[in-house]
Parts: sequence; structure tokens; C-alpha cells
Amino acid sequence: MAKLQVELVTPEGRVFSEEADFVLAPGVEGDLGVLPQHIALLTPLRTGVVTIRNDDAEHVLAVSGGFLEVLPDKVTILADAAERAEDIDEARAEEARKRAQELLAQNVDSEEAVMALERATLRLQVAEIRRRRHGHSPPSQ
Amino acid sequence: MPSLRDLRRRIKGVQNMRKITKAMELVAAARMRRAQERVLAARPYSDEIASIMTELMRRSPQYEHPFLKVSEVQKRLIILVTADRGLAGALNSNNTRLALSDAAKTSIPVSYVTIGRRGRDVLRRLHRDLIADQSMLGERPTMGDVLPAARVAMEQFERGEVQQIDIVYARFISVGRQQTVRQRVIPVVPPEDAKAVSADFEYEPDPKDVLDALLPRYVEAQVYRAVLENAASEQAARMIAMRNASDNASEFIEDLTLTANKVRQASITTELMEIVSGAAALEG
Repeated sequence: MAKLQVELVTPEGRVFSEEADFVLAPGVEGDLGVLPQHIALLTPLRTGVVTIRNDDAEHVLAVSGGFLEVLPDKVTILADAAERAEDIDEARAEEARKRAQELLAQNVDSEEAVMALERATLRLQVAEIRRRRHGHSPPSQ
Repeated sequence: MPSLRDLRRRIKGVQNMRKITKAMELVAAARMRRAQERVLAARPYSDEIASIMTELMRRSPQYEHPFLKVSEVQKRLIILVTADRGLAGALNSNNTRLALSDAAKTSIPVSYVTIGRRGRDVLRRLHRDLIADQSMLGERPTMGDVLPAARVAMEQFERGEVQQIDIVYARFISVGRQQTVRQRVIPVVPPEDAKAVSADFEYEPDPKDVLDALLPRYVEAQVYRAVLENAASEQAARMIAMRNASDNASEFIEDLTLTANKVRQASITTELMEIVSGAAALEG
């Protein structure tokens, strides 16, 4: 079967560029699954998890907002920020989440704190998915 | 004639100075390479955003997002990008001067947002209308570091405080050449060289919403890119400035050494003369 060329770019650089069979992305109107020969599509993305599957390999990435551009043979994800599951430091993400929660608990009602919490939660989610799939134990620290 | 001791002391002093400028040159060269890589890394994103935007504007030309609307300018905003540190040749003063002269061209009032300490300090000294500053970004500015400045500028526009936003920075052309430029940010000018993706896109939810989400990001990407380019230019300019300083120091050391040798020679000659004439006097 034909493959998709998948590119994930952020303002800081290209994060991912590989062939794939399937892409799952969090569109603003709901999650979107893309297979090769999909109709050309353009949509903004929510903060969430992008899953890219190629044969037996699977890549999980956390993205915070952006765009998804689909062409029949190519998928481009323009993310505001993206991180591969492997690169996520769980201990740090957990810490960041606690900090954000505390801030919110103290009634610091800032948009930033809400976003920080969203980000940290997402990163933990992605790390969790990866651990379940690969049967890795959390990094001992 | 200065004394030999003074000359030797000065030579030492200049040698020490050359050590410092040489070290700064090497550091700037290494940082420039990294800064250039970051400029290149940012390119796919901004190219892609530009091409999607071109496509969208071709598709729905009748839709007028506020960022696209050209209206009469009553007040302008200039985002001035400079380095946080000096000793970078004429780079910082060129940027600041271009911003100020551009503002002076018309009688339209101008407010400023600065990214970088050097420009901020000058504008503050001149009591210009400085509404925001985002300095000390460090050597590796991320998009997140630049966002606050870009957001403040966009807010000013959205609230109708200003009707035009420009950005002034030093474009990196080559190691030996950086050009200070002024670029329109809002109203957004669709990039001419961007190749539109020609495909019949489905839009979710619809083209208008996609454009609404895209335009602020396009503006942010432009500001971010200007900051990255300016950072590369800064290091290149500093490298060249420090190389010139080192060369000048070398030349200076040569001159001083020559003078010192002459002085030494002269004093030896005088001493010899004294000894010879002393001996001659004894013999006679």
C-alpha cells in the first residue's frame, strides 16, 4: 500500500520526518485518523497526542496546538511545540503539573497556569502511553 | 622618547588586550555557527505557514481578517530587535538608527516594543514611547521567549491603538554582511515567493477559522525569525569586529616593538660611546 510522508515541524525545527501508514491527530473538531489517499484537508489542532504508525513501529508525540495539512501522499503537522514520548522526562513533567496545580489552588487564575497544567498533564499522558505499549519501566531516578 | 620600561609595559598591555579580543572572536565564531543552524531549522515551519496562508488567501479573497485590513494609519508600532550586548560592530546602532529615522520620516506618532537590551536602553534614554520590552533572551531564544513581545504588539493592533506594525532587525546575508531591514508585520502582506499548495482542500471547520488561527502564528513566526536572524547577525558582526580589534592590536604591538628596539639600540650606542670616550681619555 502507498505510504504517507509525515512531517512534523515546529518553529524551532523539524521534529519528525518519516514514512507512515497511519496518523492520528487531535483536530479542533475531534480526533482525525489519516490513511494514505485521504482527501486534502486543512484544520487547526488542539493540544493533544499525535500517533504515527508505520508497519509495526509506533511513534507517540505530544503537540500543543498547531495545524494539520493533509495531502493524498503527505501529512504535515505544524505544531506550536512538539515532543517525542521518548524525550519526555516524567519526573519533571510530574513536578511541573504539581506546580501548576498549586498555582491554580492558590487562585492564581491565570491563563498561563491553566495552559501549563494542560501541557504537563499531556506530557504525562504521552509518557504513560509509551510505557504501556513498550512495557518500559519508568526511568529510575 | 618614551623610556624602554614604559614601552615594554604598553606592549604587555596590548598583548593582553589581544588575548581577550582573540578569545571573543573564537567564541563568536562558534556561536554564529549555532545561530545559523537555528535560522535554518526555523525555515521549514515559516515556509509551510506562508504557503498555507497564500493558498487560503487565494481561496477566500473576500474574507477580511483584521490583520489583513489596510486602514488609515494614525499611530504606528515598531518592534526593534537588537542584541543584549555591545561590541558587535555597528549592528546595534544601525538597527536603532534605522528605527528612529523611519519613525522620523512622518509625523505619525510611533510606539515601540523592544527585543534586546541595547535598543531598549537607547529608546529609554531618548524618552520614546516604549510599551514593552523582552530582553535578555539568552543565546538560544525559543518561540516561547519571543511570544510575549509579539502578543503585546498584536494586542495593540487588535485594540485599535495602532494601525501598522513593523519590525526592524539585522538580516543575516553572509558572515561579512548583515543588513538592517524594516519589514511590515501587520497589515500582513502575503509573501510573494511562497509557493501555494495547489490542492482542493477541505477545511475543518471552514477556511475562515483556519485563517483566524493561522494569521497570529504567521506574525509570531515572522517575529521569531527576525530574532533568530538578528542573533546570527550579532555573532557574525562581533566576530568581525573582534578580528579587526585583534589585527589592530597586532599592528600596534609591532610598532611598539620597533620603537622599543630603537630606544634600546640608542641607549646601547650611548653607553658604548661613553665607554669608548672614557677609555680614550685615560689613554691620552
